[in-house]
Amino acid sequence: MKVPAPLVRLWHRLGSPRWFFETTAPWLPWLLGLGVVLLGAGAFWGLALAPADYLQGNSFRIIYVHVPAAILAQSCYMLMGTCGVVLLVWRMKLADMVLEAAAPIGASFTALALITGAVWGKPTWGTWWAWDARVTSMLILLFLYLGIIGLRQALARPEAAGRACAILAIVGLVNIPIIKYSVDWWLTLHQPSTFKLTEKPAMPPSMWIPLLLSVLGFYALFVWSVLQSTRVVVLERERRTAWVQNFVTEQGSKP
Amino acid sequence: MNFESFSAFLTMGGHGPYVWSCYGLTLLVLLFNGLAPGRRKRRFLREQGARQRRQEPPQEHT
Repeated sequence: MKVPAPLVRLWHRLGSPRWFFETTAPWLPWLLGLGVVLLGAGAFWGLALAPADYLQGNSFRIIYVHVPAAILAQSCYMLMGTCGVVLLVWRMKLADMVLEAAAPIGASFTALALITGAVWGKPTWGTWWAWDARVTSMLILLFLYLGIIGLRQALARPEAAGRACAILAIVGLVNIPIIKYSVDWWLTLHQPSTFKLTEKPAMPPSMWIPLLLSVLGFYALFVWSVLQSTRVVVLERERRTAWVQNFVTEQGSKP
Repeated sequence: MNFESFSAFLTMGGHGPYVWSCYGLTLLVLLFNGLAPGRRKRRFLREQGARQRRQEPPQEHT
């Protein structure tokens, strides 16, 4: 199969760390603003305006931070699995940089989802922790993140570390459908998903609209964090190139 | 507004500590994720700037 030349050029440009660094700079303030506005609106609506749940009372308001954290924990892992494939198949070094930058952020969202879930579980399930299928598969996700972070630190040669992390990220993708379907496949304490692609949410709009807003806000803040972090990894790894050295000199001459 | 008073909003019918601790922790995590790269970048610029002043003219390669 012959790929058209403009597409090949676009692909090569997308893989260029310098192009990435220069293109994403103006996006950052917009992503931050969007994230703060969306999450601020979602959190205020969810905390103060939404009605209390008839069964769970006000503890259900934890949903507006718990569900976005859990969704982002999985989205981030899928991003890393995709980067792993791109790195192994096309040797695109930018994919490895995103993989390095995203891992701690994904781990933090997974831990946040587990902790807020535990705090929500106390008044709702009567216990901080249950070896429930959903909770256990999320704990495995956290270990996958920690494994990828540890693997990179353990291997001295960056290329070998990148490939090993890519393989682990790809293998770990099997856990994602397990997390998603855990509430359907096993009898669990965990309630089923609020949002499904095929059905309307079981909640009234005054409860699910703020949830949608905070999920979108989390996405914006996640992209903001990953871009910032990847940009620093780009600088560190490309520090021997002329463009980074010029950038460093420019930054150093600023007051 | 779902609550009758500000204190009812804070106590959340007894669930206040659970709800507010989750939101506080979320804020900390989001702040950390957003601010950590800035710290790492400043450290890189300081160290790389020092390296460049000490030695090596830049290589012509991008």
